[in-house]
Amino acid sequence: MEHFLSIFVRAVFIENMALTFFLGMCTFIAISKKISTAIGLGVAVVVVLAITVPVNNLIFNHLLREGALAWAGFPEVDLSFLGYLSYIGVIAAMVQILEMVLDRYVPVLYNALGVFLPLITVNCAILGASLIMVEQDQTFGESVVYGLGAGVGWALAITALAGVREKLKYSDVPDGLRGLGITFISVGLLSLCFMSFGGIDI
Amino acid sequence: MASIDKDSLTNTFFVAIVVCLVCSVVVSGVAVALKPQQLLNKELDQKQNILRAAGMLDEGAVVAPDGRSVDELFSEFTVHVVDLNTGQFIADRDPSSFDPIKSAKDPAQSTKLSNDEDIATLRRRENASIVYIKRAEGKLDKLVIPVRGYGLWGTLFGYLALDSDLQTISGLGFYQHKETPGLGGEVDNPKWKRSWPGVTLFDASGSADVRLVKRRSNSTSAVASREVDALSGATFTTRGVQNLVNFWTGELGFGPLIHRLKASNG
Amino acid sequence: MTQQRDVLVDPIFNNNPITLQVLGICSALAVTISMTQTLVMCLAVIFVTTASSLVISLVRNRLPTNIRIIVQMTIIASLVIVVDQVLQAVAYDISKSLSVFVGLIITNCIVLGRAEAYAMQNGPWLSALDGFGNAIGYSLILIGVALVREPLGAGTLMGYEIFTPVSNGGWYHTNGMLLLSPSAFFIIGLFIWAIRSWKKDQVEAPEYEIAANVQYREVM
Repeated sequence: MEHFLSIFVRAVFIENMALTFFLGMCTFIAISKKISTAIGLGVAVVVVLAITVPVNNLIFNHLLREGALAWAGFPEVDLSFLGYLSYIGVIAAMVQILEMVLDRYVPVLYNALGVFLPLITVNCAILGASLIMVEQDQTFGESVVYGLGAGVGWALAITALAGVREKLKYSDVPDGLRGLGITFISVGLLSLCFMSFGGIDI
Repeated sequence: MASIDKDSLTNTFFVAIVVCLVCSVVVSGVAVALKPQQLLNKELDQKQNILRAAGMLDEGAVVAPDGRSVDELFSEFTVHVVDLNTGQFIADRDPSSFDPIKSAKDPAQSTKLSNDEDIATLRRRENASIVYIKRAEGKLDKLVIPVRGYGLWGTLFGYLALDSDLQTISGLGFYQHKETPGLGGEVDNPKWKRSWPGVTLFDASGSADVRLVKRRSNSTSAVASREVDALSGATFTTRGVQNLVNFWTGELGFGPLIHRLKASNG
Repeated sequence: MTQQRDVLVDPIFNNNPITLQVLGICSALAVTISMTQTLVMCLAVIFVTTASSLVISLVRNRLPTNIRIIVQMTIIASLVIVVDQVLQAVAYDISKSLSVFVGLIITNCIVLGRAEAYAMQNGPWLSALDGFGNAIGYSLILIGVALVREPLGAGTLMGYEIFTPVSNGGWYHTNGMLLLSPSAFFIIGLFIWAIRSWKKDQVEAPEYEIAANVQYREVM
């Protein structure tokens, strides 16, 4: 239990997807002008990450890794080079399925997330989390917690940035720096703050 | 071409299947063709890391000062799988297909460490590991052991080399870590690495007690020979390095093997 | 001919993927710590973007709309795997230090963004040029950032020492912050400022006009 809690806290704060690994930056910067949309996107990312990371974990452990196909009679086969292709396939398919399921059963949530769902396929935080999961060689249980934590961390970060930007639009910024330029600098400061979580161990 | 309805069901399936086939053929072809070279690179990289820790290969160099290649240098080492609990070699296990770090994840091949024992934050320790031994004229000349432990951001992986007396460190090098560049990342600094050779590992009672300190003790005191300068601005990394060296040379690490080799060598 | 030149040159300053289109930032930050890594990453992105734009443009008339994105992703992912495998075979050290970032080219929005926005509508030759131009625009920013970070942060360039840092007995006090990833944000932010001071039309309109301060006159 303690172990899982530690993974969760690590994924949210210490190894924050957006602010320490800088993954999902394009969406992070493009869709953080308003807090409400930022929260919507954050929730969508949490849902997708919590599903795709464990699914990719199963695929990696039971199909792709060296010796994983022993149950099918191919103990020698190492398909790990197909990793990227399978993960991105799973992510694209999951997003599509999620979209259809939400549309059918939870139209409220579907309408709220609407535009953001398809965007998530190309959010590198999603693929990044799967790749990190493989690199750390997590077990299935760990990957569930990690996926959830990574999503929560990302959502937290984008909400924080949206909060900063909502205030920023009232400030007098030099012409060339207005908009994108000052956003970059704010993200830099935010991520310096997150570095102070380093070394916290539970 | 233009007459085909590109959104028809047949075309959708046709395109999907063709794309899958073409892509998988290309990808698999490249992967299979390049596999031998990749394995070779991996092996060479590991050998270089071991030789660098043992001080037989300069940082960044690919050949020894006397012109011998990595493979020639490495052929002086014999590789053994060793039972960490007893310190005995396991002769019937092939070291080339054994991965100690992988086996540390497997409950059947590893031991759970209690919080007090686990100073290097490993959680589980493998039951068997690999050591590299260089002999000269029948006597042990160098012993290289794999070490790892938790620093600030993640686990540091490296090799620790001991001299023929199995008491003095002959080098320490990390080949993978995630420490902060410029602070903890200075574990890769050649100047700092040069402060390791000659450091004594065990105290008078025989337990591993290397210390990374801010200020060295008086050179006449007993601990002075066991001290190394800490890295400035990197408290966690420094503590991690100290713990991992002491853990892997201690009783839970390669201690039993070191005692056994000392007894048979002397 | 002019069209070809525009397609190639436009993304470099006028419509730069990083500083204006906000695409492909993720990988821009982590790899710029060393020039060698940056150059390899740039070459990989140039190859993948050009090749994927070319291939997708070639098959654009056959692509069914509803599986369009997945097919594009599959093509891009295959190209990235090829690059990754080649790197592992010929430049093992660099591929080890780039680790997951090569894989993340798949989700580098420049690649999919150009495929979707340009290659789906245009012929193969122009699409390839567009992909190449955008990748060059991306590379220029990356190289610029690396050119600041590596020498000032570590005193080296391409791994060769140009300023001898104090830790090696030299005179240069390294700026540790530039070795941390957040510094890349500051540098890119300043780049944007520089480019927009030069190309005024890229300046964003303010959402709120700040009223002139008239209070002091009233006090008088």
